[in-house]
Amino acid sequence: MAKVSKSPWLLHYDGSSCNGCDIEVLACLTPVYDVERFGVINTGNPKHADILLITGGINTQNKSVVEQLYSQMPEPKVVCAVGICACNGGVFKDCYNIIGGVDKVLPVDVYVPGCAARPNAIIDGVVKAVALLDKKREQMKAEGGNK
Amino acid sequence: MANRTIVPFGPQHPVLPEPVHLDLVLEDEKVVEAIPKIGYVHRGLEKLVEKRDFNDYVYVIERTCGICSFMHGMGYVEAMERIFDTEIPDRAKYLRTIWAEMSRIHSHLLWLGLLADAFGFEALFYQCWRMREHVLDMFEESTGGRVIFSVNKIGGVMKDMPTEMLAGFVNNFNEMEKELKKLTDVFLSDYTVESRLRGVGLLTKDEAIELGAVGPMMRASGIEIDTRTLGYAAYSDLDVNIITSNECDCYARCEVRIKEIFQSIDLIRQAVAKIPQGELSVAIKGNPNGEAFARMEQPRGEAIYYCRANGSKFLERTRVRTPTFTNLTPMIHTLKGAEFADVPLLILTIDPCISCTER
Repeated sequence: MAKVSKSPWLLHYDGSSCNGCDIEVLACLTPVYDVERFGVINTGNPKHADILLITGGINTQNKSVVEQLYSQMPEPKVVCAVGICACNGGVFKDCYNIIGGVDKVLPVDVYVPGCAARPNAIIDGVVKAVALLDKKREQMKAEGGNK
Repeated sequence: MANRTIVPFGPQHPVLPEPVHLDLVLEDEKVVEAIPKIGYVHRGLEKLVEKRDFNDYVYVIERTCGICSFMHGMGYVEAMERIFDTEIPDRAKYLRTIWAEMSRIHSHLLWLGLLADAFGFEALFYQCWRMREHVLDMFEESTGGRVIFSVNKIGGVMKDMPTEMLAGFVNNFNEMEKELKKLTDVFLSDYTVESRLRGVGLLTKDEAIELGAVGPMMRASGIEIDTRTLGYAAYSDLDVNIITSNECDCYARCEVRIKEIFQSIDLIRQAVAKIPQGELSVAIKGNPNGEAFARMEQPRGEAIYYCRANGSKFLERTRVRTPTFTNLTPMIHTLKGAEFADVPLLILTIDPCISCTER
């Protein structure tokens, strides 16, 4: 993590996770790990967010919610799948109501494996996401989009 | 009559990390009706028992919920041990009890933090979660996992805690108790906290019985029921006092949960003092046949586990009745007539675990 060019804001959504990864995402933001000291803020508003953290797989009920949240986020944006369930369905892969990982409905940029994903891994994933965010921003500028 | 407005609440909402959707029917600022819509986290976990054999299913059922994961595993293995008609070694019973009580402390601290966040006391939220990290460190030291640590198996436990480790944990909890006392002062006697919690979300004793409230929600309405007094695991050897409050409001629910943290610390101390040496597990032979129930006091209330086996290695049916599911009815009841601004607080005071509810 050479430098963080902007303060990335997170939007966290619990797909169909067991809570394990969700509380670890929250643990990242609270003392001991505390990513807020780097300017990372957990926001509840998709229009303020740069990085979408999704935990848990996609099921028939939450598919439209996830798609809607993603479409409300402004460009550039990065999707980060946290936990093995969000990566490919994990232990619930064979459940009748699980469609699969987040990549079935959204373009996922960063995969953070683990059950539950540890805070260290999640922070690492977010740092990778920040680098991608910079890249996407540069690309948008080159294409003459949002300055 | 004032105009009615319907305000959607969730599924993505900042107060809860989990998705729950409520349609709130408002008359001005008063909620007149709340219609829940659930199913955002439904995975179909109970059905998976047909595809995973009864030993592997321990890992699935532990992932019913990441907060009370240990207790879900414990409930399932206790039901299975009844089908096998096995008595597990005493040391395993005590180890399960210690991990279960540690889970309760971590869960209650997590909830206290979220409650503080809901009424806008950010510093208190951070303090609760900082203390919770100590418990997670102890989990990591004893099992290797932070939130999900598969140490249960049918017939006992997989890992031991050496005597020095247990003594160290008791020391940690003694230290933690001192810090907790400071937190208790803020939660129970701070003027701002009281003004948000006192008299909000009343659930009388009769209503709690009628609507089937469980756990701290019920005990805060003055009903003395705690499944731990049934004496599963090692609780029959320990001194369990039921903590109740007669105030029936959000403040009472907060008070009951804080006191339960101290109670859990005390139970851990008792268990560490009494834990016998011995084997960790007994071998299980053959496939299960028959059916069994197990009841368990989770941090959120009483949970019931049911298993039915048919002599093959795949069970026919498992069923979990989770505490949040039964607490949803009293929650909807407390929401009626509440101020719109109190809705997140009222949802939080049942300590909802949507992942358990929808499985």
